[in-house]
Amino acid sequence: MLDKADGQIFTGSVRLVHAVGMHARPAVKLTKLAKKFQAQISVRVAGAPEWINAKSVAKIMAMRAAHGSTIEIKASGSDAEAAVAALVDLVASDFPDGAG
Amino acid sequence: MTETVGIVIVSHSSDIAKGTADMVRQMVGTEVKVAFCGGNPDGGLGTSVPLIIDAINAAWSPKGVAVLVDLGGAETNSEMAVEMLEPARRDLVVVCNAPIVEGAVMAATEAAGGSTLAQVKAVAEELSAD
Repeated sequence: MLDKADGQIFTGSVRLVHAVGMHARPAVKLTKLAKKFQAQISVRVAGAPEWINAKSVAKIMAMRAAHGSTIEIKASGSDAEAAVAALVDLVASDFPDGAG
Repeated sequence: MTETVGIVIVSHSSDIAKGTADMVRQMVGTEVKVAFCGGNPDGGLGTSVPLIIDAINAAWSPKGVAVLVDLGGAETNSEMAVEMLEPARRDLVVVCNAPIVEGAVMAATEAAGGSTLAQVKAVAEELSAD
């Protein structure tokens, strides 16, 4: 589910299948994975007014995305496409242990 | 794996210190060194400067060590422990102004990405900023 937008911005969206939504442990995994990329990465619950820095664990925990919500991801920078793909995969696969 | 900032957890209670360290290891992983101490040498509630120094040594990293504390004496004893380190290491240890559990998890998450000590401290303290 990757759309190449204009220029260097890559976006993706993925449904949060985790039973209790974006609680602490998934938030840590998402942040750790995001930090492995150089790209600037932002996420939001679909339709939310503000994008959140995917590398800020405090902000990701505070976003309180609920089970079944859709997470939108956008990234820009040299490895942005890989970053979006990796984060979509992490959420879609329900934050497996060892990921991130 | 490159060096990461180490994390030290100092609580008045050894159970809280150990439990917080368990949460960090389970949630963040084992790539960040985590050491903890809690209770006084007699097994009661309290904190002890020598035990804090031991924990700092156990979590030592050339990138530095971030210390997370709970109430009053944990902070003052941690500062005293830092003062007692040799001068070259003193500047590489910071006591964070952050809630102990949340601060430890967030500091370790930041440290796992290879961040500097200043970045780790800033992330831990993000929770107290508002």
